Amino acid sequence: MTALSDTLGRLRADNRPALVGYLPAGFPDVETSIRATTAMVEAGADVVEVGLPYSDPVMDGPVIQAAADAALSAGVRVTDVFEVVRQTAATGVPTVVMTYWNPVERHGVARFAATLAEAGGCGLITPDLVPDEAEEWSNAAKDNGLDQIFLVAPSSTDERLAMTAAASSGFVYATSVMGVTGSRAATSTRAPELVRRLRGVTDLPVGVGLGVSNGDQAAEVGGFADAVIVGSALVRCLLDAHGDHDAGIDALRDLTADLRAGVERAR
Amino acid sequence: MTTISIPTSDTSALPDARGHFGRFGGRFMPEALIAPLDELEAGWKSAMADPVFTAELDHMLRVYAGLPSMLYDATRLSEVAGARILLKREDLNHTGAHKIRNVLGQALLTKRMGKPRVIAETGAGQHGVASATAAAYLDLECVVYMGEVDTVRQALNVARMQMLGATVVPVGTGSRTLKDAINEAIRDWVANVETTAYLFGTAAGPHPFPAMVRDFTRGIGDEARAQCLQLIGRLPDAAAACVGGGSNAIGLFAGFLDDAEVALYGFEAGGDGVDTARHAASITGGDVGVLHGARSFLLQDADGQTLESHSISAGLDYPGVGPQHAFLAESGRATYRPVTDAEAMTAFDLLCKTEGIICAIESAHAVAGALTLAKELGQDAVILVNLSGRGDKDVHTAAEYFGLLRDGDPA
Repeated sequence: MTALSDTLGRLRADNRPALVGYLPAGFPDVETSIRATTAMVEAGADVVEVGLPYSDPVMDGPVIQAAADAALSAGVRVTDVFEVVRQTAATGVPTVVMTYWNPVERHGVARFAATLAEAGGCGLITPDLVPDEAEEWSNAAKDNGLDQIFLVAPSSTDERLAMTAAASSGFVYATSVMGVTGSRAATSTRAPELVRRLRGVTDLPVGVGLGVSNGDQAAEVGGFADAVIVGSALVRCLLDAHGDHDAGIDALRDLTADLRAGVERAR
Repeated sequence: MTTISIPTSDTSALPDARGHFGRFGGRFMPEALIAPLDELEAGWKSAMADPVFTAELDHMLRVYAGLPSMLYDATRLSEVAGARILLKREDLNHTGAHKIRNVLGQALLTKRMGKPRVIAETGAGQHGVASATAAAYLDLECVVYMGEVDTVRQALNVARMQMLGATVVPVGTGSRTLKDAINEAIRDWVANVETTAYLFGTAAGPHPFPAMVRDFTRGIGDEARAQCLQLIGRLPDAAAACVGGGSNAIGLFAGFLDDAEVALYGFEAGGDGVDTARHAASITGGDVGVLHGARSFLLQDADGQTLESHSISAGLDYPGVGPQHAFLAESGRATYRPVTDAEAMTAFDLLCKTEGIICAIESAHAVAGALTLAKELGQDAVILVNLSGRGDKDVHTAAEYFGLLRDGDPA
């Protein structure tokens, strides 16, 4: 049982959806990214997803791509990601890493898992690793008490939903649309159906991500999901500050508070 | 005339049901694309088992693409090389390269699966032009993703694609080259998969692309095998091809995998040399990792970030390679060697002067490799070389390389 499961279980008992906030490590620099995740926690995020910037992020839209590019150009390393996890987890919120697969494989899967656990991380969200290819990761996760958060999509067959949920722990990440990360004007009409189908095959909490950017959308998604996952909109706060880190973090704080108010009134 | 037969199914045991070639290949893709990849695999297998589909493809390849391509006994080149060199003339195909085989196969499959739109990635523009050609021929909407850097370097190919009715989208993220064009095409595909097929340009990517592209391209090897038997009464001692992503090479090798007496050679783009940072030799100068949906060899740093590749040949300028090549390299069935820019350009020049053939710089890597092989194997050896493309697109690069442009000549 990780801190992630504990937190989601407690919130479920309170009948309140969790707010999960994503920020990439090392953007705009390592120190500021730690200030940013900390600010997000102070403003009401229940869970933090720390992104590992990667050169070829096929699941990400323009905002997260731009942040990853900037972080890599600034020289962020995998070891920095662990440091951001360590400092974020120290605030007391469950912290997970979202990463494409090659950096984990390159680091050594068992070594990555051990270091993540030692830094206080709860698990990994793996956007390009499906359970079919995840044997080595599953073993490493179990050995180190980490959660394996796999993604499902509106295109997933019933069979794959059941298989993926069975391989997951912590929560199941439901991508609300067929598409990449990024804010959208309207929330997805396909998400409620996907969550309904998931409920039929798993008791795990379901987090819904992709496209949520404000408190009203968070309230809407929180009406049917156990966790509301927000990424690009938060990253954009830092991106749009154009180097004025204090202003970026203020904007991040405001948006997080708005999203938190949204999940508070969801039910 | 040599007859060709489009294979109705993969005759080898690989990949396995999950798309693995040993420890390579597989599907490292967002879950959203897994069901579409399953659908594609089922559609492809059903098409290849349907005699109506295979007959139509066969007909298109003959009357439209100009296949089978001839096997040419390059006697003057052979004299210089010191062994007998046979050239498989894929440079004479419609659109100027082997790539027409793959795109016609995938585009016809797209029609059969009822999708009105195709997308493609392109580096130098050759696969983009081939895709735009197939889309025009089969009345499909076509969008081609191309790195911003490449749209500038290859402005004429951008114009070609537009003339053929395709929309070219410059990709301004990451290194703004081929790998980023692939990323952007994958993003488009996730969002539009119900109406859109992704015409992947090489034998890489997630299953079933490596197997499907191989099988659509294997006519190269199957034809060459039959033509070689007809011409010299035996199989060649060696079959050689250039390797970027590896589609022309796997298409050639597929015809000879079961012939243990035929040595297979893949020549990678060695750029300035594999001991420098400027090359595109994923197998001989890279490590095992995951890129664009498959486990294979790739150029990467200590953190698993993809490195930029470098080659004088745009078509080989890719930091990864198809998973079956990784498997063939590790199993020892095929041998992979780097060829530097300089070696390739020397071979390019030699082929021009001895045979009157201006080949693609990609293909010149295979010719260069064959020249070395000729010395190793001796004068009785027969070396089959896949001349995968023609050099029209490379005239500017080559002219610049050989100092044939005067100041003030238009770029």
